[in-house]
Amino acid sequence: MKRVTVHEEWCLGCHLCEYNCAFANSGLSDMVKALKNTAIHPMVHVEEDGAIHYAVSCRHCEDPLCTKGCISGALTKGADGVVTIDRNRCVGCLTCMLLCPYGCIVTDENETVLKCELCVTNGRGTPACVEGCPNRAIVYEEVQA
Amino acid sequence: MPINYILPEFEVERSDYRCIRCRVCERQCANGVHRYDPDGDVMLSDESRCVDCQRCVCLCPTRALKIKHNDGALRENANWKQNTILEIYKQANTGGVLLSSMGNPEPFPVYWDKILVNASQVTNPSIDPLREPMETRVFLGKKPHDIRRDSAGNLVTELPPQIELELPVMFSAMSYGSISYNAHKSLATAAEQLGICYNTGEGGLHEDFYPYGKNTIVQVASGRFGVYKDYLEAGAAIEIKMGQGAKPGIGGHLPGTKVGADVSKTRMIPQGSDAISPAPHHDIYSIEDLRQLVFSLKEATEYKKPVIVKVAAVHNIAAIASGIARSGADIIAIDGFRGGTGAAPTRIRDNVGIPIELALAAVDKRLRDEGIRQNVSLVVGGSVRSASDVIKAVALGADACYIASAALLALGCHLCRTCQSGKCNWGIATQDPELVRRLNPEVGKERLVNLLTAWKHEIKEMMGLMGINSIEALRGNRLMLRGVGLNEKELEILGISHAGE
Amino acid sequence: MTREGQFRNPSGCAIAAAISRDGRRFSADRIIKSMIPMHDRSNGLGGGFAGYGIYPKYRDFYAFHLFYDHRQARREVEEYLKERYEIVLSEEIPTRKIPEITDEPIIWRYFLAPLRSVLRSAQLDEKEFTARAVMHINTVIDGAYVFSSGKNMGAFKAVGFPEDVGRFYQLETYEGYAWTSHGRYPTNTPGWWGGSHPFALLDYTVVHNGEISSYDANRRFIEMFGYKCTLQTDTEVMAYIADFLMRRKGMTPEEMAEIIAAPFWSTIDRKRDEDKARLTYLRTVFSSLLMTGPFSIVVGYTGGLMALNDRLKLRSMVAAERDDMVYIASEETAVRIMEPQVDRIWSPSGGEPVIVRVKDGAY
Repeated sequence: MKRVTVHEEWCLGCHLCEYNCAFANSGLSDMVKALKNTAIHPMVHVEEDGAIHYAVSCRHCEDPLCTKGCISGALTKGADGVVTIDRNRCVGCLTCMLLCPYGCIVTDENETVLKCELCVTNGRGTPACVEGCPNRAIVYEEVQA
Repeated sequence: MPINYILPEFEVERSDYRCIRCRVCERQCANGVHRYDPDGDVMLSDESRCVDCQRCVCLCPTRALKIKHNDGALRENANWKQNTILEIYKQANTGGVLLSSMGNPEPFPVYWDKILVNASQVTNPSIDPLREPMETRVFLGKKPHDIRRDSAGNLVTELPPQIELELPVMFSAMSYGSISYNAHKSLATAAEQLGICYNTGEGGLHEDFYPYGKNTIVQVASGRFGVYKDYLEAGAAIEIKMGQGAKPGIGGHLPGTKVGADVSKTRMIPQGSDAISPAPHHDIYSIEDLRQLVFSLKEATEYKKPVIVKVAAVHNIAAIASGIARSGADIIAIDGFRGGTGAAPTRIRDNVGIPIELALAAVDKRLRDEGIRQNVSLVVGGSVRSASDVIKAVALGADACYIASAALLALGCHLCRTCQSGKCNWGIATQDPELVRRLNPEVGKERLVNLLTAWKHEIKEMMGLMGINSIEALRGNRLMLRGVGLNEKELEILGISHAGE
Repeated sequence: MTREGQFRNPSGCAIAAAISRDGRRFSADRIIKSMIPMHDRSNGLGGGFAGYGIYPKYRDFYAFHLFYDHRQARREVEEYLKERYEIVLSEEIPTRKIPEITDEPIIWRYFLAPLRSVLRSAQLDEKEFTARAVMHINTVIDGAYVFSSGKNMGAFKAVGFPEDVGRFYQLETYEGYAWTSHGRYPTNTPGWWGGSHPFALLDYTVVHNGEISSYDANRRFIEMFGYKCTLQTDTEVMAYIADFLMRRKGMTPEEMAEIIAAPFWSTIDRKRDEDKARLTYLRTVFSSLLMTGPFSIVVGYTGGLMALNDRLKLRSMVAAERDDMVYIASEETAVRIMEPQVDRIWSPSGGEPVIVRVKDGAY
C-alpha cells in the first residue's frame, strides 16, 4: 500500500509538517484561524537530536498493535490498509498510546486519541505533511511494511 | 560605538495577525534574524543580519512575512547613493576589501534587452515546432579545414573530438566548495537527463560523480585543485580556466572553513586549509605557454577530449580569442562582466570587464575575418538569463551558452548575493551539512530539467517563427537581429542593423 | 534609391531546366517557351537563362559576360583583364531591341586565357585565379559587373519577364546541352540587371525560388573563404556555396545536397553505420552551410545539373524525363510545354536531389 515515509537525509527539522497536519485536520479553511493561539496536536511529529531530524508518523503496520489493544474497537485497519480511529467509540483508555512502538498516537483536549489517517478521512486525498514538506523528505509512496 | 552603526539594508515585516508562532522562520534562518520570545509570546527580528534570501518568506506557512528595503533613509544624493555611503562606513569600520557575490548588479546596459528578433511574414513560412522537426542539437569542437578521402574516394569521417549537446546550453563552472555536494549532484544528474554538460569548476570532481563523466566538463584552473589523470579522463572535455567574468585578472579564495573532509579529498588539499587559486596560471605568462598547456592536456588524454579555454571578456578580447583559436584549443568560452561568482571583491566585480554581447560579436567577427572561426566553437556566458538571450547569443555567433546564475535560481537561489558568507539558506553556496541538506538533489534535478525543457520549447518556438528548423542555421545569422535604442558604434560592434532598417 | 546589394532582397520565383544526358545540343527556344505559362510567378523585375555547351568554338576560354554602367568602367576592366589574361575575343553581346526590355547597360563579353606567367607568380590554379578576378571586378571596379565567367557556358539575364529576356538576347540562336532559366518576383524593386538570376561563378550557376532563413549564417560562413556577397540575395550565396563545396572541397553533388539540405538528426540516427558516419560528418563540419527555409534550386555545372528542394519541401518543383532528356520546373505545366509526352514525371521529396550527369565525353 501507499504509505508516508520519511527520508531522514532530507528532513530539515523545520516542523512545517506538524502545522500542516494540524491545519489539515482542523476542519477550517484558514490556517491562521485554525492554529493561532492554540496548542496543536499534530499526528506527525519531528524527533530531533542535534543534527538529526526525523518526522515520525503512523506506519499503518501490517499487523498493528494499536488495533489489537483497542478495548472499544475504535481503532481498525480497513481493507485499504489504513488504520483509522472512530473517536465516537474511543473511551480514552490510551492503551494504544502505550502499545504503539513509534509513539504515533496522540491525544488532545477531548481526551480521545488521534492518529494519522493519511488524510483519507479528512477529504484531502494527499497527506498534508507530504504536500507541504519543503524538501521532499516526507513522501507518499508504495512501500512494503 | 554609535559611529559603527550600519543602517540595515532590509526590514522584516511580520503580520502579527497571521503569525502562528510556528517558528519555522527561526529554525530556517542561518543568519539568526528571527527569535521567539516566550515571555511575550512574540517573534522578534534582528534585521541587521537579514540578507533578503527569502527563505523565511517562502517557508512561512501563513505568509506572515515580507522582507522590504529599509525605508529609513540616509541623506543620499545623485552622487552619494545610500549604498556608496554605507560602503564607506563599512570600510572605515573594518579596513577590509568589500566582498560580494553573484553578478554585477550595477545599471550597465544589458544589450540582450536592446536586441529584437525577426519573424517570417509572407515571403517565407514560419514553421510550427509542434508539427515539424525542430533541431537544437549542436556539436562543439574544432571542425577540420581539409576534407580527406580514402583510396576508394569515400570521405574519411573521423572528426576531432566533439561535445554533443541536445540543446545549446550548458551549466557553467561552479566548483565543489563554492557550491554544495547536493548542488553539484543536481547539476550532474540534470545534465545527464538533458543531454548537456555541467562543469566541475576548479574544485575537482567528487568521486561519486565520475559516473556522470560524459556529461561533465572538468576544469583545470590556476590552483590545479583535484587535477590528476583520472580526473582529466573522466570528463567529456577539459576546460582551462584563464579567467572569470565576475573577477577578471584575479584568482580565487575558498576559505579553510569550507574545506571539510569531502572538499579536502576532492581538491586534494589538507582539510581546513585555504584553497587559493593564483591570479594567473604560473606556467602561463603568454599565449605560447597556453599552447603548451593545451597540448599537455591533449597528450595526457590521448587527443580524445576537446580542450576549452575559458577567458573573461576584457577590452581586447577579440585579439585574445584569435590567439586562443590558434593555440590548439577546440572551444573558447567567454565569460561576460555580469557573470556570477561565489565571492569577489566588490570593486572588481562591479568595474572590470565588458558585456558579453559585445565581446561575442567582436570575437565571432574577428575569427571570421581571419578565416579561423572553424578552428573553435564559441561558448558564451556571463548572464544568459532566458531562452531569448540564448537565441540572440546564437544569432550573434555563439555555438552554445553557459548558464550558472539561472541554474542556481532554479535550485532555489534568491540572488541575495552573500554566497561569500557560506551560510546559504537554500543549501547551495554552503558546506554546512545542516544547510546542504536543504537542497534535495532529486528536487534540484527536476527543477533544472524543467527550466531547460521550458527553454528548449521556447527556443524551438522562436526558431520556428524565423522559419529556421535547425539551430545551426541560426548561428551567426545576425540578419535575424535588430537593435533598438543603440548608437551607431554599438550597432557596428554587434554587427546588426537598427530596427526599421 | 539604394542599389541591389545594399539591402536584403528576398523574392519568389519560377525556375525551369532541361538537359540532355547524351550531350545533344538544342536551342534555347524550348526553355524560353516553358517560362510563358509560369508568367505569374515573375513580376517583370528579372529573368535569365544559363546555357551549357554554347561556345564550342571557344570551349577552352573563360567566357566573361559583363554589365557596364558606363564606358569608364569598361576601360578599367579591360585594363585589369589585360594584365592577367590574353583576350581572345572582345565583343558586344548581340541583343535585339524590343519594347519590353529597356534601360539596358553596356553588355559585353570576352573570351579569356590566363597569362601563364601571372598565374605562376600568383601560385593559384586558374580557376581560383579567375574566381578572384571576378570578385575583384565586382567589388572594386565601380559600374562593372561580371555576371558569367565559366568555360563553354554562359548566363544571360536582364530586368524583364524571362520570355522577353530570351528574345532580347536572341537565345534561340544558341544551342546547348543544358539550359536553366528563371523568372523573378522580388519583393523590393531594385531594377538592377545584375540582381537577376541565374547567378554564376565560373561554370556554377544557380537559379532559385525561395527565401532561405539561414541566409546570414550561410553568408558569414562562406565569406570566410574569400567570397564577397555583394548582392545580398540567396542565389548569390548558393552559387558561392556550390563553388566552394564542389570546386574547392571536391564534394560530389550528392554530398552537397547532404550538406545544404541535410537530413534531420532523427533520420540520420536511423541510418546504417556507414551512412550515419558520413551524414554526421558532413552536418558537423559544414553545419553553417545548412539551408533552412523554402527553396527550390537548380545548380548547373559543366557536365550536369542538380535540382534540389529544401528539406521540408516548402516550394513546388517537379522533375520529368523522356529518352535522354530530363526536365525540371516549378510547375508541371512548364515541363509539358517542353515535352508533352514524358516517360516519367515526379515530385522529388524535400532534400532529395535530382542529379543529372551528361555522358562522359559528350560535353
